[in-house]
Amino acid sequence: MGTEVILCGERLDNPVMAASGTFGYGYEMARLYDINCLGTFSFKGTTLKPRYGNPLPRIAECPGGMINSIGMQNPGVEAVIEEELPKLAKCLHKKIMANIGGDSEEEYVLTAEKLDKCPQVGWLELNLSCPNVARGGMAMGTDERTAASVVAAVKERVKKPVIVKLSPNVTDITAIARACEGAGADGLTLINTLLGMRIDLKTRKPVTANKMGGFSGPAIFPVALRMIYQVYEAVDIPIVGAGGVSTASDVIEMLLAGATAVQVGASNLTDPWACRNIVRDLPEEMKKYGIDEIRDITGGAH
Amino acid sequence: MREAILTIRENKRIARGTFRMILEGSCDKVLPGQFVNIRIEGFFLRRPISVCDCGENTITLIYKRAGRGTEEMSRMKEGGRLSVLMPLGNGFDTEKSGPAPLIIGGGAGIPPLYGLCKALAGEKKNISVLLGFNKADEVFYEEEFKELGASVTVVTFDGSLGERGLVTELASRTDCSSFYACGPRGMLRALDSVMEKDIRGYMSLEERMGCGFGACMGCTCRTTEGPKRICREGPVFERSEIIWEQR
Repeated sequence: MGTEVILCGERLDNPVMAASGTFGYGYEMARLYDINCLGTFSFKGTTLKPRYGNPLPRIAECPGGMINSIGMQNPGVEAVIEEELPKLAKCLHKKIMANIGGDSEEEYVLTAEKLDKCPQVGWLELNLSCPNVARGGMAMGTDERTAASVVAAVKERVKKPVIVKLSPNVTDITAIARACEGAGADGLTLINTLLGMRIDLKTRKPVTANKMGGFSGPAIFPVALRMIYQVYEAVDIPIVGAGGVSTASDVIEMLLAGATAVQVGASNLTDPWACRNIVRDLPEEMKKYGIDEIRDITGGAH
Repeated sequence: MREAILTIRENKRIARGTFRMILEGSCDKVLPGQFVNIRIEGFFLRRPISVCDCGENTITLIYKRAGRGTEEMSRMKEGGRLSVLMPLGNGFDTEKSGPAPLIIGGGAGIPPLYGLCKALAGEKKNISVLLGFNKADEVFYEEEFKELGASVTVVTFDGSLGERGLVTELASRTDCSSFYACGPRGMLRALDSVMEKDIRGYMSLEERMGCGFGACMGCTCRTTEGPKRICREGPVFERSEIIWEQR
C-alpha cells in the first residue's frame, strides 16, 4: 500500500498537510507530536512587512464551523526567514509550503522572491483569496485579469512551483482557475474560506470586529468538493484540496474529486492532533475502499 | 498541553446564572490563572473556561451561562465525560506580589482569582479581596475566599449586598503592594486608570478564542512589547504592557 503523492514534482510521504493559518510556523505544534508524519504543511500567511491584523474579536462560532477575521497577522517575511524558519528546521526535515499574502502585485513578488531562496521552502502558495484584508487577498483573486497578472509577475521572478490559493466567493471558479493556469501557475489550492457573518443578539452588532470573516469547518466540505470537481475538469495543473476536511475518508473523497493532496484547516484548531490522526487513519481507510496507491485515485470520480 | 477525558462529578447552580462544575480524572497540574478548553457536543469550537481550583485528581470550574455553549454546559449531567485541553495559558505570577496583594474580581472574572488567593495564602500574604457583582443573587464564593484568611469585601452595583457601587472605587482607596484583577474589560481599564501608577498590577483578559493554544492568532492583542496571544502569552498581562484599544 502506498500513500506517496507527487505535488508539482516534489514527493510527499502522504497527501495530508496542515492548511495555512492553523499551524503557525510549525514548531509549536511539534511540541505536541512529531510533525514529520505529515505530508507537509503550509505556514501562516506571510507578508512583506509585519502585520498586526484586524481588531478583536476575530472569531465566531457557527454551525459546523467557525468564522475568523485574523487579517493576515504575521511578523513579516524577514522575521519569518531569520527567526521562524530556523526554529522549524529543528523539528521538521521536510520541505514546506510558503503561504504568501499581500496588498499589491509588487508585495507578492517581493515576498515570493525572498521565500523562493529558502531551501526549506518547496512550494510558494499565493493567497489570492483572503477575505479579511481590504486590499489584495480576495480582491485580487476574484478578478481573472488581476489574478493572472500577479501569477505571471511572481512566476517571472521565482524558481519554485507556484500554487495559487483561490477564493470560493466567485460565480465561476473555473474561470479564475483557467486564468491562473494560463498565467503559469503550477498548481491551485481550493478553497479558501467562504465570506460569512454572525450577529450578537445582545449587542445587535456583528460578532467579529471586522464585521465579516471567513467561514471554515466541516460545513464547507461539500462546497470545496464541488469546486475541486469543477476545476479538475477545467485545468491540467494539480489541485490541493482544502475546506472542511476532518477525517481520512474526507481526504479520499477530495482526491476522488480531483485533488492531488489535501489540506486540513479548522480541524487543527479544535483537535490539535487532527492531522496526525488523519495520517494514522489513512491506510486503514484505503484498505476499506480497496485503494493500493493513493496517488492513483485523484480524479477517480470523473 | 494534552487532551484529558474527565468525568463530571458535580455541575450545579451556585448563584444566578452561575454554575460550578467539578471534573475528575487524570488532571495535570494547573497553575492559578490558567484555563482549560472544553469540547461541547453540538458546537464546533471548544469553550475556554478559567480554572477556579485544582486538587489531586480534580479541577473546579465556575462559569457564567453567557451564551449557547455555556447554556449547554449548564445542562450537563454528573457522570458525563468531557474532552478537555489543559493546561492552557500562562497563569498569575505571584513572585512580585509583595506583602499585601489586592485581588479584584468582577462577576464571571472572579473564579481564577480563587486559585490565586489560595496560592498567595500559602505564601502567607496579607490578602485583601474585592468581589464585585451586579446584585445580591449573583454573589458567590464570599465565604470560600474568607476561609483562605483573606479580608473580603463584597460590592454590589445596586447595594443589595455589601457595599454599594463599583470595585474600582474601593480598590483605589485600598492600600496594597500589588493588585491582581479579572473581570469585564471596562472594569480592568478603569482599574488601570484609578490605581496608582507605581503599583504593580496583573490583569487576566478574556477573549473569543479559536483554538486556545496559540495556533490561530484569533485572540492576539497589542501590547507595548508587540502582539501577544491572550491564549498563550496571556491571559494574564502586566498592566504596564496592555494597550487599551477602543472596542
